[in-house]
Parts: sequence; C-alpha cells; structure tokens
Amino acid sequence: MFWETFMLAIRAIRRNLLRSALTVLGIVIGVAAVITMVTLGSGATAKVTQDIAKLGSNMLQVRPGQGFRGPGGARSSAPMLEAADAEALAREISGLDAVAPSASQALQVIRGSANRSTSVTGTTDGFTRVRDWDLAAGRNFSANELRAGKAVGIIGHTVWKDLFGGQNPVGETIRLNRISFKVVGVLGAKGQSSFGTDQDDLVLVPLRTFQRRIAGNTDVQVIYVSARDGISTETVRADMERLMRERRRIGPEKEDDFHVRDMQEIVSTMTATTRVLTALLGAVAAVSLLVGGIGIMNIMLVSVTERTREIGTRMAIGAMERDVMRQFLVEAVVLAGLGGVCGILLGLTAAAAGARWMGVPFVFSPGIMMLAVAFSAAVGIIFGYFPARQAARLDPIAALRHE
Amino acid sequence: MSPPAPNPPRPEPIIRLRQASKVYGQGQAAIYALRGVDLEVARGEFVAVMGPSGSGKSTCMNIIGCLDTPSAGSYRFDGIEVGELSRDQRAVLRRHCLGFVFQGFNLLPRTSALENVELPLIYRGVGRRRRRDLAATALGAVGLTGWEDHTPGELSGGQQQRVAIARAIVSNPRVLLADEPTGNLDTERSHEVMHLLCDLNRRQNLTVVMVTHESDMAAYAGRRIHFRDGGIEATD
Repeated sequence: MFWETFMLAIRAIRRNLLRSALTVLGIVIGVAAVITMVTLGSGATAKVTQDIAKLGSNMLQVRPGQGFRGPGGARSSAPMLEAADAEALAREISGLDAVAPSASQALQVIRGSANRSTSVTGTTDGFTRVRDWDLAAGRNFSANELRAGKAVGIIGHTVWKDLFGGQNPVGETIRLNRISFKVVGVLGAKGQSSFGTDQDDLVLVPLRTFQRRIAGNTDVQVIYVSARDGISTETVRADMERLMRERRRIGPEKEDDFHVRDMQEIVSTMTATTRVLTALLGAVAAVSLLVGGIGIMNIMLVSVTERTREIGTRMAIGAMERDVMRQFLVEAVVLAGLGGVCGILLGLTAAAAGARWMGVPFVFSPGIMMLAVAFSAAVGIIFGYFPARQAARLDPIAALRHE
Repeated sequence: MSPPAPNPPRPEPIIRLRQASKVYGQGQAAIYALRGVDLEVARGEFVAVMGPSGSGKSTCMNIIGCLDTPSAGSYRFDGIEVGELSRDQRAVLRRHCLGFVFQGFNLLPRTSALENVELPLIYRGVGRRRRRDLAATALGAVGLTGWEDHTPGELSGGQQQRVAIARAIVSNPRVLLADEPTGNLDTERSHEVMHLLCDLNRRQNLTVVMVTHESDMAAYAGRRIHFRDGGIEATD
C-alpha cells in the first residue's frame, strides 16, 4: 500500500514537471546551503587545528607578566626570565621533551648588497624540537656553539629565498648588527600561521650570542617547552607554575608575575570560535530551507485546489480520509526528499569547490547529511500536513461538483 | 386439503429509503432538499431517476451512494443502516459495494486507461498483478481491449465514459450509480453507453440506478422514478 502511494506521488509529480522542479528548487537550495556552510565551517575548524598542531599542540610557553590576563603595564613591571629558568625547568620537571628559552628582536639581515628586515631569535638547539620544525639543510647548533656564544645562524625559508635566491647558504656569511654570522642551517618551510604572519621570516642564533652581541642583556622573553607524547599538558603546566613561583620567590598570597600558556587552550578557544561561526552560518542557511518548505506548502495547497475533483472521485470510489491524507503527505515528502538528495549533491559539489578555493580541507561529515535529509523530510511532513488535511476533509459531494 | 404454503420471505431490497428527508439550514431558513421519500430498489433492477434540477434527485442519489446521510428517516443499503455509519465506514461501504459513473467521467488525466480502472482496487488492497488482470478484464467487458495504454486525452468521450464504467464495475459492486452518464455524449455514443449498461444489468444481474434528463435514455430502464420538489411525483 505504501508503495502504491509512493508511485502515485511520483506520477502526480511527473504530471506537472516544471512546477514540481521549481518547488523542489527551494529545498535544493536550502539543503545545499546548509551542507556547504557546515562543510566549509568544519573545514575551517580543521584548518585552524592543523595550523596550531604545526606550532606544536603539546607546546607550552612561559612568559613574564600576566600575558593576556593582566593589564598592559603588568608586563614591564615583572622581571624578565633568564636562561637559568629554562635550565631549571629542564632539570626539575618530568615529562618534558625539550626546552627552548628564547629572545627576539627585529633586525636588518644583510648579505652582500641584499638586505631584509627580519626577526632574529636567540635560542637553543631545543627550539626546532619544541616547534616540531625540521631543518631543510645544514645542521642545528652544537653544544659548543651554544656554550661559547659563537656567531652562527640558522635561517628561515623566506630569508633563504630572499637573500640567497635558492643557492646553498650553508657556510656563507650574513651580517646582523654589523657582526658576521656563519650560516650553518636552513629551516624547512612552515608557511603562514593561522594569524596570517610568515613563520619562515626569521634567523635563529644561539641565545648566548644574541644576549651578548645583539641585545646586550641576559633577558629571556619566552621559554618554549614541549611535553612528551602522552603526558598531559595540564600536569606539566601545574608543575611549571609551581617551580616558577618558587624560583621567582612569589609569596603564597601573591599573584603570578609570569604566565604559562598552553597551546591546547589556544586550540580550544579558536576551534570554539570557528564552531560558533559555523553554527551561525548553518542557521542562516536553515532559514532558506524553511522558505523552501513554505514553497512546498504553497504548491501543495494549489495542487489540492486543482485536484479537488480528483479527490472527490477518489473518495466516491472508496478512499478514506486517511488515504487522501497519506497521498498528499507522501507527495510532499517525496518532493522534499527529492530536494534533499539534489541539495546534498549540489551542496557537496559547492563545498568541495569552496574548500579548494579557500584552501581549507574538505571535511565530509555523514552526520550533517543525515541531518539534512531528516530535516527536509520533516519539512515535507510539516508543510505537507496542512494541505493534506485540507484535502482529506473535503466533502466528497462538493468536491465532485467542483469545476 | 393441503395447508397453505408459507409465504416465501420477501428478499430485503438492496436499497430501501423510508421517509428519508434532507434538510439544509435550520428553523425559518430550513430548506428541504428531500421530504420523506420512500423508495425501494430490488437486486438486479435498472432504475432511472428523473426530474428537473432542484427536484431532489441529486440529493437522493448522494444518499443512495452513501456520500451523504438523510437528516431524518432511514436508509438501508443491503440491510445496513447507513445513517449510523461513520464517514470512514461509508467510504469502506462505497469501496466494496458501490460503483460510480459521473457525467464528466472524472478520469485521472495523463494516466492510462488501465491505471484508471485499477484505482478502486488499490483502495481495496488488491495486489499488483491481480489488479492488472481484473482491470484488463473490466476494460474487455466495456469493449476497450487494446486501449489499455491510452490516456483519457487520447480517447473519445464515449470511450472515456466506457473506461469510467469499467472503473465502476472492476470491483464487482452490488450497485452501479450513474449520474447523467450520457450528459456529455452525442446521441450515438449515448445509446452505446446505454446498451452497455443494460448489458451489464442483464448479464451480471448488476443493480443500476441512473439519473438522467433524457427520456429516451430513461426508456432503457425497467422503472422510472420522477422527482419533483423533494419528493417522488410518479413511478412508471
């Protein structure tokens, strides 16, 4: 019996193909919009997560001052970190993979007649490990270079391309602050960060060299730390905070004058933001689905009026109220379902194209497709119900006489 | 002396109206469409219902067809008190016991003759293959073998009405109700349709109640009932 009703619906839809197609279009656009928005949104979320994972998702940073939390003035009043802090962290905290104290400054880097303004970072050999950064050529700093503060540098991909134009830079000389540095290595390319800055525009030098010959002090601006795989960054963070309070002699009642930032925390903040945006876009798209539903209702009402005599005939030859009701309801659901299927195809195509254009991964989620199908069927039932009931309640005598 | 033979029990007429009335509106504004009509139709009869418009014949036909119920009086169809049935129960009664033929044919457009004839069987829950067979047989009975795949638009008026008759008899009803079946047809086609109805009446012992304006069509019936002002004026 259901099959008969289904075939009946198909026939009724085919009897007025153009009108049915236009009706379905509303649902197609609605479903496609929802799928496109949600798929692209999920792609953006995945991209942010990936980007931050490139920074090292198990990375923590220690900075002086209260970081994001405190007012701007707090940073200057707090004492800087020092190399000994990093050594203490490496020595006393268990579960750490690498520790990299670092200090940076913007400087001109000169090679022959070419020059470029870049960020010079004094750090240790732990830096590449913490940031999960491979060397494209050359080597990392040796223990001796770090200890003695030798004038050696590792250059970022952008600096290499700009100053060396693709030639092998290892063993060549660059000048920073009128001091000659020997290039010992080149970092691999990381590309843009999710904040839009070029991560490859930097030169690394040994921390001691930076402090003595560039900055002229013993400050460490930030200590990067990475936890070993499987070690909770929460625990590491708590341990680090305890140790840092001890080292900086902060009384039990006093606020921290340093801040430990957990990349996980940043990841969750940013993904939460993109998720909210995705939900918002999805909701806007859902409105168009609703409009599509109203379109179905409109056409079904027209159809009921047009087919009044048919309904009367069906009733006369023995259709019960519920038979007529089912007929029109199934027709609405078939229309909506058809729209749902077409909408999914269109939505996935649009999402795939959009993902390529925006440079985000294409995240295929069956959940949202199921939701879209269920939603469009629900639209069919909800918006088909009223016209169907109207058809079912017709008086057969009046319906038969209807012109 | 032999004892008097007991009277054989008179068979219950298939259609029996007793003092059936239909009133629209209330009080002063009440309009009587039907005033206390008594009517009986026996099994296998061919009855023509005649009368000017507004005479109550359509109302009477609607009641006989279980599309409507009398406001007063009783209507028994094959022993069933129709006035006591719900809307859905009457639909089931129509589905199983009644066939309808309309003046305007009322076939589904852009749907083949065979599928049109199958329609009542769908509501009776008959399986697909059996439905095909029964519909083809019914089309054969009205002389339309070979026209199964044609849509109403491809058929003449007379053929369309024969498809409609096939649709009415496919479920093997007890009564065929025809509301001006020849109203939209020319004389020749009208007589063809009437021959067909007579044939069905005679051969299959199908009870036929037909409304008509035309006395030469009514002449085919075994009995003519004339309506006037909501009542039966004469029967011949």
